[in-house]
Amino acid sequence: MTVKPTGDGRLEEKLEQIFAGGQPKYHEKLKEQNKMFVRDRLKLLFDGGEYTEDARFANAEAGDLPADGVVTATGRIGGRTVCVMANDSTVKAGSWGARTVEKIIRIQETAEQLRVPLLYLVDSAGARITDQLDMFPNRRGAGRIFHNQVRLSGVIPQICLLFGPSAAGGAYIPAFCDIVIMVDGNASMYLGSPRMAAEVIGEKVTLEEMGGARMHCTVSGCGDLLAADEKEAIEAAKRYLGYFPQNFGEKPSMAESVEPKEGRPLGEIVPQNQNAPFDMYEAIDTLIDEGTFFEIKKLFAPELITGLARIEGRTVGIIANQPKAKGGVLFVDSADKGAKFISLCDAFSIPLLFLADVPGFMIGTKVERAGIIRHGAKFLSAMSSATVPKISVVVRKAYGAGLYAMAGPAFEPDACIALPSAQIAVMGPEAAVNAVYSNRIQAIEDPKERIEFIKEKRREYQEQIDIYKLASEMIIDDIVAPDQLRGELARRFEIYSTKEKTAPLRKHPVNPV
Amino acid sequence: MNELKSTMAGTVFTVDVTAGDEVAQGQAVIVLESMKMEIPVEAEKGGKVKEVRVDVGDFVNEGDVILTFE
Repeated sequence: MTVKPTGDGRLEEKLEQIFAGGQPKYHEKLKEQNKMFVRDRLKLLFDGGEYTEDARFANAEAGDLPADGVVTATGRIGGRTVCVMANDSTVKAGSWGARTVEKIIRIQETAEQLRVPLLYLVDSAGARITDQLDMFPNRRGAGRIFHNQVRLSGVIPQICLLFGPSAAGGAYIPAFCDIVIMVDGNASMYLGSPRMAAEVIGEKVTLEEMGGARMHCTVSGCGDLLAADEKEAIEAAKRYLGYFPQNFGEKPSMAESVEPKEGRPLGEIVPQNQNAPFDMYEAIDTLIDEGTFFEIKKLFAPELITGLARIEGRTVGIIANQPKAKGGVLFVDSADKGAKFISLCDAFSIPLLFLADVPGFMIGTKVERAGIIRHGAKFLSAMSSATVPKISVVVRKAYGAGLYAMAGPAFEPDACIALPSAQIAVMGPEAAVNAVYSNRIQAIEDPKERIEFIKEKRREYQEQIDIYKLASEMIIDDIVAPDQLRGELARRFEIYSTKEKTAPLRKHPVNPV
Repeated sequence: MNELKSTMAGTVFTVDVTAGDEVAQGQAVIVLESMKMEIPVEAEKGGKVKEVRVDVGDFVNEGDVILTFE
């Protein structure tokens, strides 16, 4: 940034110091780490590289703490106003002093008043221990940042781009954001560093194992998107924003309708054999505008796919079982993933499309001990509480509580539609026949006769759960040919766009956690 | 990580590789039967199979080692 001279030159001199950030050796370090300087990040983020900054002079009199290690700014992304806080890791490793915290709190207050999205560009070592009394325990201390994040949740979109560490208490900034984009190799989150873990509990691990970007995006689920570098992370944040309104009071904007990607028709993709795997991504491609899929938590709990997309230009949130991963069975992590995504979409008026091919929730001691019932309850609760338009499509099987989780008829979807390949039941024919006739099957001695008996009972069961029977009983709202599904969804989402549904009068539900 | 672990609990339905085979990343090396579904377990990376630790009909839990690579 160039500074035009005015008056005695004092202003220019100070601004140049502020814009320069920390000492040159720390800029060198950034380059080594393939990281950008905070002001270069902002240039890339904002339209035309322009932004309005607050409290540029924060702690300027201290000499070595330009902007007190954080830039807070307002500017435009894709023509819309957004607020940003961005750590400067060349200034005391981006650590937080009293003014750093005050600046962050103020930009949160600005975003709240302007009702615009807030982006957190995080690259910080955490609190400055030397300053703790001024920034840690007080009313407008670091805790207030998290308190504000919770207050702002669901009011405005909150996005975290993690470029470096987010340590200890600071790790709660990403935790309270709607989405966390992490740069592979550089981003990390942890409550205790590897050094602290070695000292306090005797565990020896690398930073990557403890809280690296890849670990969080694949194992812990704290990260939503793994970016190869900072540029990719910034582009992803811009794309993500395009699906959202400015705040909860507005609706997402429409885009031009685009034809779906060319490929096999949906009817060919879904195998008739209920037990054979297929790739749900290929099925999704037949329904959405080409190039619009923005997947969230792609690497985490892949048995459930969650992502934003457009159908004939309209933003939708897709929750789809992936039979190719763990048979599409729902687990503890997939239940959490579904719950968070539904809550995100519902908060910002993004209608939901459920694509069901689910054998149910996983059983066995491992998942029961991990609390699959309460995690499943979270998923069901989020889905059930969502008041945005919801369309449930039974692509193939929807068994047991899987039907419920995927917005089955009892959960007031605006429509529950089946493909001709759909099968809805408490359980599949194999399991059901075993459950009901177990004793009789055991009693048949002739193996041939036994197989015939099982076959006959399975056939009878298939008849009971025939999808046309369910349509005749008005359990499902329609059966649609696979090649008609995209058009059907587009029409229905348009019809439902004026839906007004209010939650029951109460303070809030007691959320299962 | 020279091991491939089971992604979920289930019974081994088919074993599609033997020791000495070269497998490609993403190749299904065994199929599990779990929750009445056939669930392929894919190699996370390519390599030469050193030892297959499971047989058809074995119960495996999530995280159990299915095979090792050289």
